[in-house]
Amino acid sequence: MLPVSMTVNGKAVTATVDPRTLLVQYLRENLRLTGTHVGCDTSQCGACVVHVDGVARKSCTMFAWQAEGAKVTTIEGVANGAQLHPMQEAFREHHALQCGYCTPGMIMAAIDMVNRKGHDLDDQTIRHELEGNLCRCTGYHNIVKAIAAGARAMKG
Amino acid sequence: MTATGIGAAVRRKEDQRFITGQGHYTDDFSRPGQTYAYFIRSPHAHAKIRSIDSKAATGMPGVLAVLTGKDLANDKIGNLICGWMIHSKDGSPMKMAPHPALAETKACYVGDPVAVVIAETLAQAKDAAEKVRIDYEVLPAVTDPAKAKSAIQIHEVAPKNTIYEWHLGDAKATDMAIASAKHVTKLDFINNRLVPNAMEPRAALAEYDAGADSLTLWNTSQNPHVARLVISAFVGMAPEHKLRVIAPDVGGGFGSKIFIYPEEVVCLWAARRVNRPVKWTSDRSEAFLADAHGRDHVTHAELAFDADGKITALKVKTVANLGGYMSTFSSSVPTYLYATLLSGQYAIPNIYCEVDAVYTNTVPVDAYRGAGRPEATFVVERLVEVGARELGIDPAELRKRNFIKSFPYQTPVIMAYDAGDYQASLKKAMDLADVKGFGKRKREAARRGKLRGLGYSTYIEACGIAPSAAVGSLGAGVGLWESAEVRVNPTGNVEVLTGCHAHGQGHETTFAQLVSERLGIPIDQVSIVHGDTDKVQFGMGTYGSRSGAVGMTAIVKALDKVEAKAKKIAAHVMEAAEGDIEFKDGKFTVAGTDKSMAFGEVALAAYVGHKFPTHEIEPGLKEGAFYDPTNFTFPAGCHICEVEIDEDTGETEIVSWTAVDDFGTLINPMIVEGQVHGGIAQGVGQAMIEHTVYDEDGQLLSGSYMDYAMPRAHNFPTFKVDTTETKCPSNPLGIKGCGEAGAIAAPAAVMNAITDALGTEKIEMPATPLAVWRALQTVTRSQVAAE
Repeated sequence: MLPVSMTVNGKAVTATVDPRTLLVQYLRENLRLTGTHVGCDTSQCGACVVHVDGVARKSCTMFAWQAEGAKVTTIEGVANGAQLHPMQEAFREHHALQCGYCTPGMIMAAIDMVNRKGHDLDDQTIRHELEGNLCRCTGYHNIVKAIAAGARAMKG
Repeated sequence: MTATGIGAAVRRKEDQRFITGQGHYTDDFSRPGQTYAYFIRSPHAHAKIRSIDSKAATGMPGVLAVLTGKDLANDKIGNLICGWMIHSKDGSPMKMAPHPALAETKACYVGDPVAVVIAETLAQAKDAAEKVRIDYEVLPAVTDPAKAKSAIQIHEVAPKNTIYEWHLGDAKATDMAIASAKHVTKLDFINNRLVPNAMEPRAALAEYDAGADSLTLWNTSQNPHVARLVISAFVGMAPEHKLRVIAPDVGGGFGSKIFIYPEEVVCLWAARRVNRPVKWTSDRSEAFLADAHGRDHVTHAELAFDADGKITALKVKTVANLGGYMSTFSSSVPTYLYATLLSGQYAIPNIYCEVDAVYTNTVPVDAYRGAGRPEATFVVERLVEVGARELGIDPAELRKRNFIKSFPYQTPVIMAYDAGDYQASLKKAMDLADVKGFGKRKREAARRGKLRGLGYSTYIEACGIAPSAAVGSLGAGVGLWESAEVRVNPTGNVEVLTGCHAHGQGHETTFAQLVSERLGIPIDQVSIVHGDTDKVQFGMGTYGSRSGAVGMTAIVKALDKVEAKAKKIAAHVMEAAEGDIEFKDGKFTVAGTDKSMAFGEVALAAYVGHKFPTHEIEPGLKEGAFYDPTNFTFPAGCHICEVEIDEDTGETEIVSWTAVDDFGTLINPMIVEGQVHGGIAQGVGQAMIEHTVYDEDGQLLSGSYMDYAMPRAHNFPTFKVDTTETKCPSNPLGIKGCGEAGAIAAPAAVMNAITDALGTEKIEMPATPLAVWRALQTVTRSQVAAE
């Protein structure tokens, strides 16, 4: 067993875990932050994307101990209290989700996309940047629209 | 139209929890004392199980039990069943082989569950599974449906691996029409096997309450009541009143979560045995081996034309692969959900279809988005397009010439189409897609070294399968009605309990829109309750685009009763005659006076019970309804796909997609468009990249996201989506259903476009760059040879 300490959504957390515990398992099972999802076992689907020190990471592809000392943000931590993050708002406004399962990962990846690529994102850039996130419901059409709108809204 | 009523693009109520990570999917639930199940699956496609030695595993840390098929049989847990009886041409019933939840004597596909380990943690269960020794005698396997009849027999009950040899239509008349035709278009098709791949993997969490002797199952299900019924009545796990099934938020279904699977049965059984909650959550790679697959047809079809290009006959012969066992509704998919749609949008006087269903050593095959209807549309729409090319008639013109133009229309294959305007959707789609400008675009593409092609798909589907008596006469083991209960609370807000289940469709919004419009109350005062057998008494769940046409109509019927009773109460309170009470915009008014009561005031009066004779009118305001439709609904439309192909690489880009669908009344156009987008994406996935590949030994080669190509954002253009409208006459709302249209229409549109660009029909789905490039080489070579 290994001790791990990190900051998750602004709160310091410490636990002792089996060394093979993945970050996503730690978030879901130890911290009960079940908004981060697991959709595959080969790092392809992106349902588990969280931010580790401000950068999008697939939490199924790192061990909990690899986040030692890091600042982790999950979907539960992106809103400002009751006020939604502009990207969350854009997903609702543009009907960018149906079953909702891929949505947390999509939103976390989208925010990271804006952080890296700026606020003025064209369709082609968004579609290319979504390479690591799968959605089976929406055909991506409305996700692309939502990310473009969310990116603009994050500016202001 | 009100701001939140029928026809408004209301933003979804359910989204708040999904965008903030507060949804509750099955794996998000944990129970005190929970243990974990890990399934040991057959690594062989076909093998006798000689022995299972679990001694070493049982002693491993944290292990509570290692259970096998023998234990299951000893505990008299019944087999899984297929609930739709199909009879062969000769009148014999389908050959349903026993399907135990854990294979006892024989494994029939790679992934067939053979044993389960229950342990304190998942890691301990997996570690212990490594120590279970299973002695297999490996047998030859068959995976190709076309070879099944001559291969080793898999099940004792099914000689030649044949489940049924079924047919529909008039063979003699069809043969005569083909013999006397001016032209016959003949094609062979493989409708490729698909893995549904809802993003949420299946999961089950079972808990036993020893005090009450009752079981609770949290389950990724599209139809929790049907699951409870089957697990009670056939598997014999517990009586219905001692089994609660909860299907909470479910992350997509597409058919794959309709079925009753081994894992949920085993979790329930194990929970009772170890007297601890038991959870199983599928890995994605496990899901490839454990979730029912879709499609997998091999077909030969012939379409006959007279001298005017009128279709005179269609003859189809299909071999359908049902896999290693018969899944819950597998038998209905290649029969009554397939052959009955072979008339498409066309007046075809003679149709005959034969379907042989076979066992193979593959994952069981069952309904996947569209279920039979995509396969039928692919046959009809490819034949029509190729027929047009062979006859030298414009494909749109040939379609128009053969469209059904007056309704109702009785096809030769059971269906009675009730309403439609196929020319309208074709014309609108052609305008939106700028078909007139296609020639110019093709020439422009050629200058860039690209081959451009355009393909149509004018599809029909049948939704809201019903009435119950009719589907019963076709072999269904269940009725296909729906239930609703409207509970008006004393303060005037409303809970609607529905037997439908939402797993992405947005019922919490669309159903509330109906109630909001009808009762004149704000949409946020309406809650939709579904997915729990302890709350909703019974229902048939959601699949086949039935929830609008059937489920919402049940709500309408319950609302009718609520309004009627509320009027009675309002009449007493306002001291007026019942016949003088009018209900509009949420107000009960005495006609011709200024006396009125708001809906909420009448609700309160109903529960207080002071101002009406409670011996005549019962207190309270709660009404239920069961609704059985009089007919299927028939959504239809036209999709047009335009592609560009790189001659050097075979890479195909969809450059434009136009969809014009007739879904009847739209409750929420935003949600309808989303359904169309998603359907198109799955259809395009089938046509261009998705493929389930078995090797000759029965190993699944495309068994993870490393090998099975899932459609991604860059595979698609921005879709152009529009609608036309003819109301469905068989339900009061005029709804037809929209969930499957895209997946039904898309494969033929893609393949018609690609073959148009290539100039050859010799290409099967998926049209990967390699397949396109190879097809192109045959064209190029034959051109060279001709020169």
